[in-house]
Order: sequence, then C-alpha cells, then structure tokens
Amino acid sequence: MNMTLIGTTLAALLTIAVYSFLYKDNPFYKFAEHLVVGVSAGYYLVIYYYNFIDPTVVSPVFRLRIGGDAILLGGVDWWMALIPGLLGLILYARFFPKIGWVSRWALGIYVGGYSGLGIAPVMQARVLDQIRGGALPVHALHTGQGWTNLLLVVGLLGTLTYFFFSLKHKGVLGGLARIGIVFIMVGFGASFGYTVMSRVSLLIGRMNFLLHDWLRIV
Amino acid sequence: MRALLPALSLSVSVLLALFPPAGRAADAPLSEVVRETAAPAAVTGLQARDYLDNNDRGDKIELSWCLSADDGAGALSVLEYRVWRSQAPDEQGELVATLEPGTAAHVDTGVTPGVAYYYRVEAFDGALSSPAATAGPAVGRINLFQTSRLPVLVLSLAFFAMVIWFTRLAARGTNLFVRRIPGLNAVEEAVGRATEMGRPVLYVPGIGEIDDIQTIASLTILSHVAKIAAEYETPLIVPTARSVVMSAAEEVVKEAYAEAGHPDNYNPDNIRYLSDAQFAFAGAVSGIMMRERPAANLYLGAFWAESLLFAETGFETKAIQVAGTANVSQLPFFVTACDYTLLGEELYAASAYLSREPKLLGGLKGSDWMKVITICIIVAGVVLTALGVPQFGRWFFTQ
Repeated sequence: MNMTLIGTTLAALLTIAVYSFLYKDNPFYKFAEHLVVGVSAGYYLVIYYYNFIDPTVVSPVFRLRIGGDAILLGGVDWWMALIPGLLGLILYARFFPKIGWVSRWALGIYVGGYSGLGIAPVMQARVLDQIRGGALPVHALHTGQGWTNLLLVVGLLGTLTYFFFSLKHKGVLGGLARIGIVFIMVGFGASFGYTVMSRVSLLIGRMNFLLHDWLRIV
Repeated sequence: MRALLPALSLSVSVLLALFPPAGRAADAPLSEVVRETAAPAAVTGLQARDYLDNNDRGDKIELSWCLSADDGAGALSVLEYRVWRSQAPDEQGELVATLEPGTAAHVDTGVTPGVAYYYRVEAFDGALSSPAATAGPAVGRINLFQTSRLPVLVLSLAFFAMVIWFTRLAARGTNLFVRRIPGLNAVEEAVGRATEMGRPVLYVPGIGEIDDIQTIASLTILSHVAKIAAEYETPLIVPTARSVVMSAAEEVVKEAYAEAGHPDNYNPDNIRYLSDAQFAFAGAVSGIMMRERPAANLYLGAFWAESLLFAETGFETKAIQVAGTANVSQLPFFVTACDYTLLGEELYAASAYLSREPKLLGGLKGSDWMKVITICIIVAGVVLTALGVPQFGRWFFTQ
C-alpha cells in the first residue's frame, strides 16, 4: 500500500466523518472537527511566524544584525522593526492585570491606522464610482438601454433611501424605501441561486473525490 | 490584415491603370494613380498635457484626440495612428507610438521632466498618412498632488465636516433621531428567550480581522448583548476566528459585565479562540451549537461562505437566530435561514443606535447626509446627461 493511497483513504474517511453531521452530531464528526481545528491552529501558527513575525521582526532585529547586515524591509533601518514588534508584545500585557490596560494602545493604533488608511479607497470605490456609474442617460426610452438605465437609477435611489436612518420611512421616503427593498430582495434572490450553484459544484467535487479518486467506481 | 490592405490598394491601382475609367487617359503612369489616392482624414482636437498618477515622477505626457473621420466609418480605412514627438514645433521628431484604429488617447512614458515636447499624430491607411495634427508644448512635471483625485478630497472633507458636526451635537446632548431597526428588537427578545429556557447565548462576531469595520461594529453590539446577558445572568459564548478579535472581545464583554454590576459572572473561558481556518472555525462553531445548545444565536460581523453552515445548524437546533453582515453575497443566506437579519449598513446603524455613543452617532448621521448628497449628485448627473452635458459624470472619474 503506497502513501498516496493511505492519504486518499484518510481524506475520504474524514470527508465521510464530516458528512455524518448531516445525520446528527456523533463521535466521528467530533473527531474530525477537533482534528481540523487543532491542525489548522498549528498550521496558522507556523504560517504567521514565517510570513509575518520572522521577516518583519526576528530577521531584521536579530539574525541579520548578527550577520552584519543592518538593512531590511525595503531600506528601513532594523530598529524600525522594533516598533511593530513592541506593539505586538504589549498585546500580551493583558495577562498581567496591573498593566493590562497597556494592551489597548496596540489595539488602538492597529484599528485607528487601518481605519485611516481605508477612508480614501472606500470614498473612491463606494461613493465616487457609484455616482459615476449611477448618472446614466434615462431620456432615450425608445430604446431597451434607456429602460434598463431607468430601472438601474430608480433601484439605486430606492436602495440608498432604504439605508437612510435619520427619518422615519413614511410618505414619499417610505415609498422609495419600499422600492429599494424590492430591488434588494430581487438581488438577493439572484445571488442566492448563483451561490447555491457554486456550492453544488463543491459537493460534486467531493463526490468525485470519494467515488472516483478513492473508490474508483466512476 | 495590415499587409493585405496595401496589397489590395496596389492591385486596384494596377487594375485602374489597365482599365482606366472614363475621364482618365489609358496611358497615364501608375505613379500618378497612386498620387491621386486620397489620404485619410486627419485627427482633430489633439491635446497634450502632463499626466498625473500616483507617485508621479513627471515622466509621462498624456495625449488625447478625436478619431479620424475615416476610422471605421469613412471611405478610407485607417490602419493605425502614428504618434511623433519632438522638441521643436516644426520638426517631425521621433516616432514614439503606433496605435490600433479606434484609439483616441495615449500616454507617452519616458519623457524627461521639465522638457517641453511637441506632438504630431497622423492617421495612416497603409499607403498614405493624413495631415498631422499638432499639439504642444507639453511638459511633464513632478506633481505632489494628484488633481484627478480632487473629488475624493472634496467629498472626504465634506464627510469629515458632517461627522464632526453631528458628533459635537450628540456630545452636547442634542437628541439625534435614528429610526428603529426591526432586527434590533429581536436581539433583546433572543437573549430573553435563552434566559427563559436556561440555555446560553451564542454570539459570533464574524471571521473578519479587527481592522474590518464590520468587526468593530459587531464588538459594539456585543457590548450591548453582554450587558443584557449579564443582567439576565445568562451565559454568553463568543467564539472567534482571530486572536486579536478574541482579545478585543474579552475586553468588551468584561467591561460590559462590570457596567451591568455583575463582574463576577464574567467567564473568560466563554470567549474562545477556535481557528483562523474558515471551515475549521465553521465546524467548531457548529459543534458548539449541537453540544451546548444555545437558545439564541447571534451572527453579527463579517461572514463569508460559512454563513449558511452556521444558519442551517442553528436552525436544526431550533435556536432563535439574528444575523447581520455587510457582505452582500452572504446576506441572502442569512435572510433565508435566520429569523431576523440586519442588512448591510443596518449593522453599523445598530451599533450607533444601541450605544448612543456620540462618535458612532456622528458617523451614522454623517454617512446619512452623505447619502443625501450622493442622491442629489446622481439626480443632477442624470438630468445633465439627458440635457447633453456628459462632462458632469467625468468629473467623478478618478484614477
């Protein structure tokens, strides 16, 4: 028995163990669940170390210093790596109740920094591009494209109105919001069907693995 | 095709020489026939200007023109456009680009910053070139500010101003109206139901990182849920897929229990890190649902393909389920399988509504009025486009 067959058989048995959850919770599912959670936690620990901690902190500060090369991170001095390293370390301050509050600094810098960096791209992608895409010609109603544009503009304005929280949805505002939710639900329906199709293809993939790669009966 | 057309043109010329049409002498030389063939129409409206982009080094000049009348529609077929660059207006200069028919713009890269250039653009039909359109001088400059992103700056400043204004109003105690979101009533109802049944509440803050705004909004709602759970003395289980989110969730729940006057009921073991792997996390949360049988499942935050796995398993356990996410592709599953769903931005509005925190209220109000501005601009754009002023929409084009 070669290693490939052993690996395929193990993967097949784990697949069946996971599918057994469809009947009810059972020891086989529990085993598969705990195995994948444990393995993935260990896997990600290694991935994070080699992809983030090592190249951004450990190598610049320790290894390359010993080797005499003080420059890394695209020309940034090695000591610059100490800043994110220190911020990462102080996250662990929470394990010491007296200085636990220090960990909030790191969280604050992380959240604030990312939020600030995200503002301009979000403004461009979600507001400006929407405005540009929404200002469509709706006067040529003798053509199919004119009606399509009109439908898009009405749907867009209705949807924006639905997500307006500063006034009660009554009167004209309520009417527009109602149109908006209809468009939203139509969109959800289309998205649901599309995604279910892709999930069915995943199921076919697993069935193919079990019946073809493992059992070789199809 | 490019080789075929000149050959065809020559063949026609030869045929014309052999079988001359009326009005031309049969013995006229072939060179005269070729000379008589008309050149394609020239391009018009050629403009050359400094090109602005990110990290602008001043080494690009942008050209734009209107297509030759013979490009695709005229009697003569334009095969290519030729772009020439020189440093004097009366020089032919260097051929810098040969472009496909239908091309009406080009970015000339590799120019020296600060040097003035002149450009000539010709339409070429395989035999003859059109008279050249000329433009210049144009100078590539190093630009610290990318003017094409001016709309981003203007709208961002308007948004910031509104957020600050409403935040200050809220901080002064002004009652800023926010309409009630139907799904929110269900949150309290769900926790109450779990209390009556003597079973825990499960709160999943999504699988997004802490920098995801949905996760931040979810943690605000978690604070509200934790306070209710603390008051009702109902266990609250919070599984997380990110270690930093777990740290933040611990802080939030601990503080909420303290604020509710039940700090001793806080159980740090109930704030759990499971796995960063999406489906390992989904499997583990499903296991919690089946074994610990929470009576209320709240899924609020950033979710992807695991959304339906959660919602279906929760449905099996007959738990009351409230979900909310701004990931549009997952909302259909939550709408289908959960009792109540917060759609998209309702997730953010819910956190402001529940906390009444001035900063969150200011953000919500600011984004609300930003929507009003957006609607007005779209309506204006539609009207102006109908009136034949398409330039309006172009102002919002950014690189």
